[in-house]
Amino acid sequence: MAEPILEVRGLVKHYPLTQGILIKRQIGAVKAVDGVDFDLGTGETLGIVGESGCGKSTVAKMLVNLERPTAGVIRYKGEDITRLSGRALKAVRRNIQMVFQDPYTSLNPRMTVGDIIGEPYEIHPEVAPKGSRRQKVQELLDVVGLNPEYINRYPHQFSGGQRQRIGIARGLALRPEIIVADEPVSALDVSVQAQVVNLLDKLQTEFELSYVFIAHDLSIVRHISDRVGVMYLGRIVETGSDAEIYEHPTHPYTQALLSAVPVPDPTARAHRERIILSGDVPSPANPPSGCRFRTRCWKAQERCALEVPALAVPAEFRLTSGPAAHDSACHFAEEKHVVP
Amino acid sequence: MATEDPVATEAPTATEAPPLLEVRDLHVEFRTRDGVAKAVNGVEYGVRSGETLAVLGESGSGKSVTAQAIMGILDIPPGRITSGEILFHGQDLLKLKEEERRKIRGSGMAMIFQDALSSLNPVLSVGDQLGEMFTVHRGMSRKDARAKAVELMDRVRIPAAKERVTQYPHQFSGGMRQRIMIAMAMALEPSLIIADEPTTALDVTVQAQVMDLLAELQRELNMGLILITHDLGVVADVADTIAVMYAGRIVEKAPVHEIYKAPAHPYTKGLLESIPRLDQKGQDLFAIKGLPPNLMNIPPGCAFNPRCPMAQDVCRTDVPPLATVTYEGLTAERRSACHFWKETLRG
Repeated sequence: MAEPILEVRGLVKHYPLTQGILIKRQIGAVKAVDGVDFDLGTGETLGIVGESGCGKSTVAKMLVNLERPTAGVIRYKGEDITRLSGRALKAVRRNIQMVFQDPYTSLNPRMTVGDIIGEPYEIHPEVAPKGSRRQKVQELLDVVGLNPEYINRYPHQFSGGQRQRIGIARGLALRPEIIVADEPVSALDVSVQAQVVNLLDKLQTEFELSYVFIAHDLSIVRHISDRVGVMYLGRIVETGSDAEIYEHPTHPYTQALLSAVPVPDPTARAHRERIILSGDVPSPANPPSGCRFRTRCWKAQERCALEVPALAVPAEFRLTSGPAAHDSACHFAEEKHVVP
Repeated sequence: MATEDPVATEAPTATEAPPLLEVRDLHVEFRTRDGVAKAVNGVEYGVRSGETLAVLGESGSGKSVTAQAIMGILDIPPGRITSGEILFHGQDLLKLKEEERRKIRGSGMAMIFQDALSSLNPVLSVGDQLGEMFTVHRGMSRKDARAKAVELMDRVRIPAAKERVTQYPHQFSGGMRQRIMIAMAMALEPSLIIADEPTTALDVTVQAQVMDLLAELQRELNMGLILITHDLGVVADVADTIAVMYAGRIVEKAPVHEIYKAPAHPYTKGLLESIPRLDQKGQDLFAIKGLPPNLMNIPPGCAFNPRCPMAQDVCRTDVPPLATVTYEGLTAERRSACHFWKETLRG
């Protein structure tokens, strides 16, 4: 892997649960993110997948400093950014930008497209002096495939896909090195989704961007990512290259997740093995002891309730150099092909 | 209905049972301040008992509006059914009085919506809501209805149904709420179920559970199922027949295996090529250029022509009929609304 531009170690975010009106007592915490480690290489795309409530969006918010972690460090080029404030924080934020999921609510309806995309320059005037802003915004519109003449239009005059392009242009305005994209295409129609995914691909090469791409759609994540991390209840359960995760998954949750994805091929219907998990994801306020997946896992044994499995290459694969030898947090990891 | 429809008068294959539901040349428009939006422009499809018809389309293609017209829950005004027939067990629903339609809703046909949380009443317990089906339609006592509700919840595999019957919708998870919606739709054992994006709001692992349950109950009760979705993966998993909609029309209708093997309409082809696949890592995705049309201003000729890579002059002037597609080895009915379906089929 290329030299990491972002290193995340032991990232934790707990939201306190309180009781009482005047005298608030903390009675517990929602453990949204509970010990997440990963590296992001320069020019790389890291995909993070998981179901709703697994903490993937909270991770995204902490990466761009919209939420302050309860514990853990996020190192950007070796420097911990979680405790920064004032001018230093502002400088870092310029380099880590975000693209949001919902193109309908993440753009201010009372601002023109030019004002929306140009607003980052108000906060960082050193990037573009006042006189050149309009031209910069028009260049950005062109880069994301919108007509530069649309600069004076309002968000409601655009379709969903076009709005997401506006959101991407705003993310690019400050020429960041890292873009954190939280479900950037899940609100879009299939035919438009492909256009936006291709645009993100093109921009990555053009501007040498590193992406953290968060999504629940496993097919899209595979398409765009170099490496993939699978999250469950606030932890990463398995991580590896896209081929390692999709073709040689060793964690039962990854296997179940992959086998549940509908494949657009009716001939696969008959001979495809599907693992249907029972029940729902437990509450992050009260996660199961030991391995968090054990309540839905068909392999669970006593050991799973007692010991928290570490995210490391499982012992049985440690001596092999094959694709199964990647980090997986399971006591009983074994390889299984689930994607036809 | 004065308009003679050449397609509908064609006799269906004699060996097949008559369809449970048949939509013929349905037109729906919405009058708005900005003009008239033509949401549905001559839709035709049919479903037989035990059959699963998947209606595939992007937002604004008219798939949900058609379903609402069938159910009789279209907002009128601003909506208006300008022409067409909806035959259910051979009876034209559009000629019935509201009172008669209400009797059919629930006992004859039922609908499952995408968003279970906003479809359930938050201030009534799920037991009351399920039981209401029996007190209203069957005249049962509240006590009997409650027992029926528990039975239904058991049937859709909600654990501890007896205890949970008194709980409120917010106390259930998304997957469980969708099960309650399914239970409610199944309550009076209707012969037709319309499911409008039933699993779109759910996570993949829960989505698989819910789809399995729906398919199983359908088999058990031999119901017709209209599955409205935009997900080509879900369709491939459960459908028998697919109808693809674009700008308020059916552009292609085919048995599920045939359509994935060789699409006969450029729009279907584009859709199939534009989805990333789990089992392959491609280079650039194929993207259909442009945007779906504005329903107030649908392009003349074929509505897809501005985005179509194969468009010729004829496509800009003549609306392509929903022609019958034939080739060697094809056993079921297949249709395509493209002037060049032969060329598209060849690839």
